[in-house]
Amino acid sequence: MSDTPVITRQDRDELRRQGILLTSIEEVYNWGRSRSVWPLQFGLACCAIEMIAASMARFDIARFGSEVFRPSPRQADLLIVSGTVTKKMAPQVVRLWNQMPEPKYCIAMGACAISGGPFKQGYNVLKGIDRFIPVDIYIPGCPPRPEALLHGLMELQKKMRGEKLTGPDVPRNKQPDNPCEYPVPEFGAHDLEPAKNPDIWQPPAPVRPDKP
Amino acid sequence: MIESPSSPLAPLAGAHVRAVHDAFHGDLLEVSMGPHHPSTHGVFRMMVTLDGETVVKLKPVFGYLHRNHEKLGENTTYLGSMPYTDRLDYFCSMTNNWAYALAVEKLAGQAVPDRAEYLRVILAELTRLLNHTCLAGFLLQDAGASGTPLMYAFREREKILDLFESLSGSRMMCNYQRFGGCRVDPTPAWFDAARRVTEEYPRFLDEYEALITGNEILMARTQGVGRLSAALAVSAGITGPMLRACGVDYDLRKAEPYGFYSRFEFRVPLGDHGDTYDRYMIRILEMRESVKILQQALRDIPAGPIFDSKAKIRAFRPKAGEAYGRIEGPKGEIGFYLISDGTGNPYRYRIRPPSFVNLTVLEDMCLGHTIADAVIILGSIDIVLGEVDR
Repeated sequence: MSDTPVITRQDRDELRRQGILLTSIEEVYNWGRSRSVWPLQFGLACCAIEMIAASMARFDIARFGSEVFRPSPRQADLLIVSGTVTKKMAPQVVRLWNQMPEPKYCIAMGACAISGGPFKQGYNVLKGIDRFIPVDIYIPGCPPRPEALLHGLMELQKKMRGEKLTGPDVPRNKQPDNPCEYPVPEFGAHDLEPAKNPDIWQPPAPVRPDKP
Repeated sequence: MIESPSSPLAPLAGAHVRAVHDAFHGDLLEVSMGPHHPSTHGVFRMMVTLDGETVVKLKPVFGYLHRNHEKLGENTTYLGSMPYTDRLDYFCSMTNNWAYALAVEKLAGQAVPDRAEYLRVILAELTRLLNHTCLAGFLLQDAGASGTPLMYAFREREKILDLFESLSGSRMMCNYQRFGGCRVDPTPAWFDAARRVTEEYPRFLDEYEALITGNEILMARTQGVGRLSAALAVSAGITGPMLRACGVDYDLRKAEPYGFYSRFEFRVPLGDHGDTYDRYMIRILEMRESVKILQQALRDIPAGPIFDSKAKIRAFRPKAGEAYGRIEGPKGEIGFYLISDGTGNPYRYRIRPPSFVNLTVLEDMCLGHTIADAVIILGSIDIVLGEVDR
């Protein structure tokens, strides 16, 4: 590999000054799709109001190309889980996620979607949506400010721009063992069945300081 | 069927049309709207049975946002429930706080200083402005005016949220009221900002009304749609703007003046048709009255403490008993019923949510209207699912 000519950043800048843009398919593809992430118009609770506020004139999510909230999961790229997911609602959320076409991303917005938040002790509250669907960005807050949502979106764009199209580091949706559908839990007699998707979520191992 | 003059097919009644009509007539279609549906204001589900486009049966399904408020309230201290009340009706955290504080103050026999009472009125009326403005925006969104009216509404909402944020530290979840007063004393600059918002509000209302109130499409979509009779509204326990749109003169601020509402001059607007348009207009008129109350309160607010110095904060244990505190929230009567057994936690913590009770007449209002009207009727009830499901 070392004897192949490598185009350095300086070379590129020099070419750009001459009016020649040098890029790769991967870069153009990622640049394009990261600038038009269409979220699903899907509000769960309090955070949904801040999500709406982010799409209004003051915060203006359109600056980041994400103002097109789609009512149908078939047209959406991004699932913003904005609020408390209850055990009655969890099957519907997973089903919506399954209905979205790849490549798709998930933002867990707010404390409830991350971990159950203030309602964690509740008997009907799911303690984090990452037990059932893979989450890309976590935005803490109760509710997060619209600026925090915009920051989360920018982080997601950064993640998308760094994705590879080939090779061993391809994202989740290009890996051969990626499940097309995630198992939808059912509202059972006592709890959701299954209570988690063990392929994507395991309870964190408790960290105990070594005894001296 | 086809001979009746009301049938849409009557002018076309030929043998062929009659055959088609007879073949399809009476086939009912059951549609499940929600829990993920753009028009249901959250995770609400309507099982609608349709004859053509006409609603013949509507079964609401809720519980998708049941967050165990009442159970959590029994397991935390009295003050610990205050932040949870913010999350009931997440548009109106200040009025929820006030209703809960009022219930606990009744239970504990706690007095509130004058300045705090004035502050509560100011914040409650700001909340009413905020809620009704957002409702007008969402109602127009449901009617199909996608985006623009809601943008106007949220522009004004941000101004009020800025006030709340600079006062309490949070935009939506204010957690501001305490048992025996308020948490932070506003600065003079805050009052100046509040006066500015109050002064500018009528101008926004004029602008909004000029664009919306006389709009032909809105009138065609809402007038005569979702009519609710006063008798049904009273017997179903409907409160708030929905009840007053039917012409029933019942406002807790007048009927059972809590706080310092008896000191202010304002009128209670009443509708006379009880349809969706009246429910929209009542909110607009109430906002104008709220501005009047705000002007009086901001003018008259006395100096002094905002918190009763004798109020107990640590180890707050009211003696055994029960109390029900209720106020006129923006959506209706919001009440908290508490039973104390003398310990630090309430024995029973019950919420009377206005939008849940108002939702019970949804089917009665929707029957006979088209499915598109059901959406706008639901929008005019002004539900928030955090409060409906609790």
